[in-house]
Amino acid sequence: MKHGELKSLDLAALWQGLRRPDPMGTDRVVPPTGITAQLTVFAAAAMAFLAVFALALALATGRLAERWSNELAQTVTVRISAPTEQMDQQTATVMEVLRTTPGIADAKQLPDSEVEKLLEPWFGPDVPVEVLPIPRLIEVSEAGEGFDAEALRLRLQGEAPGAVLDDHTRWREPLVRAAGRLRVLGLVSLLLIAATSGAMITLAAKAALAANGQVIRVLRLIGARDITIATAFVRRFTRRAAAGAAIGTVLGMIAIWALPSVDEAGGFLTGLGFQGWGWLWPVLIPLAAGLIGFVATRSAALRMLREVR
Amino acid sequence: MIEMQNLSFGYGASEPLLADMSLSLQPGSFHFLTGPSGSGKTTFLRLCYADLLPRSGRMIAFGQDVSQLSRDGIAALRRKVGVVHQDPQFLDHMPVADNIALPQIVAGGPVDTDVIRDLLDWVQLRQHGGALPPSLSGGERQRAALARAVIMTPELVIADEPTGNLDWEMSMRLLDLLIEFNQADKAVLFATHDLNLIRAAKQRVQARVLRIAGKRLQLAGADL
Ligand SMILES: Nc1ncnc2c1ncn2[C@@H]1O[C@H](COP(=O)(O)OP(=O)(O)OP(=O)(O)O)[C@@H](O)[C@H]1O
Ligand SMILES: [Mg+2]
Repeated sequence: MKHGELKSLDLAALWQGLRRPDPMGTDRVVPPTGITAQLTVFAAAAMAFLAVFALALALATGRLAERWSNELAQTVTVRISAPTEQMDQQTATVMEVLRTTPGIADAKQLPDSEVEKLLEPWFGPDVPVEVLPIPRLIEVSEAGEGFDAEALRLRLQGEAPGAVLDDHTRWREPLVRAAGRLRVLGLVSLLLIAATSGAMITLAAKAALAANGQVIRVLRLIGARDITIATAFVRRFTRRAAAGAAIGTVLGMIAIWALPSVDEAGGFLTGLGFQGWGWLWPVLIPLAAGLIGFVATRSAALRMLREVR
Repeated sequence: MIEMQNLSFGYGASEPLLADMSLSLQPGSFHFLTGPSGSGKTTFLRLCYADLLPRSGRMIAFGQDVSQLSRDGIAALRRKVGVVHQDPQFLDHMPVADNIALPQIVAGGPVDTDVIRDLLDWVQLRQHGGALPPSLSGGERQRAALARAVIMTPELVIADEPTGNLDWEMSMRLLDLLIEFNQADKAVLFATHDLNLIRAAKQRVQARVLRIAGKRLQLAGADL
């Protein structure tokens, strides 16, 4: 038997067979498998549903990690409230301290106009904030590992009593790490789901083809070409896997869409869900399922055909 | 059309079952193939449609050495040779009529429902066209297999003991069908060990009788 020839049962021809309509009803040569078919559709749907959640989790945690780390980068400040005559001197002291503290990349004094803008919402536009003794704000960017906040606080206390180190958002740092980890877990789940679906569809395709050894023999004996037989099986399985996955994906997307929405301004949660073009990502799930079905059935069909002349 | 040149065959590594056979089947010829049970009739026929390949010697079908044929070439050969197997197999989930049309379906050609109906009439299975194959009797299966074998109007029909399950009357009817087919200048190769059937046939058609004996192929004389 010529093995090379079977291998050349080429992908292009199979894909074409997959896309072309089937006016002759060639697909009917594959017996309906009842419960196997239903289980395949169900399993593909369930896997796709899970995949939607894993995808949403990966995307959402990615957004969360990004947003939190952006906020972290901006939110260490030193606030100086001092009598007007000491202000400039204390500011200079603080800048000097910050410059000599290891782990600080940059310290930048916000111009008074910006500080006023920050304060305005608290007092309303009618209060002439410029006559108030407004504090000075120095924005601190960390370098590398960051700095030792306790040591800095003590030093500032000693040298510039009006300075307060405000790093209250640094507690989010472990959360950022957790979000990053969660995202990796989401992606790993996605891979596992894809691998499991592949294994499952391969098993189902193999079982179905093994159960249809008789059909394949009869078809070969009456002069059916390999491509005709393989296409009939591949069509059946690819469509089944893709259809099941499409159902699961749609249900998963509806479930995500129906999640109660989180008020953006209210909290640090960005919510589990897709945003904008992100809604297109799940479309890949049925396509991937179809591809897995295609590859799995093709290899099972080749193995069966190899056994008959 | 079919030509064997010093062909030998044996299953696996065993002793050859068929040895040094030479034969030429011409279009429009009618041959019977006889021999004791287990002598290798079915094996001989399977060599003719490339279900088995010769161990040595050559098997030429329609001008091509079957050992050299690609898998698609084998499929093409089988569309030119209609076969009624000793134990015909069908797709059990499809009605008899669709099974008869199967060679046309898998060849991708249009299925002519008039032809199917004529064929069902021809083998007297009209009322069974919608039934599933497992509900057919042995004889009905063989007639359905005959209808399936001729639907592509092959150049040669090979029948492996098609009358094995039939009473005399139905055997004669099936013989008639094959003779009718043969009269359209098509070749028939008919394996049977029913000598009465061969005698009956010889009165109506110019038939030659091949016999497998002692691994060899012989042309049987007038002793039948
Ligand atoms: N697939 C096989 N593997 C091994 N041996 C086989 C195989 N098929 C048939 N044989 C053996 O080859 C010999 C010939 O078998 P074959 O079926 O060709 O005989 P036959 O002449 O058709 O017999 P019958 O008249 O009973 O149908 C038998 O001894 C059989 O046991
Ligand atoms: Mg036999």
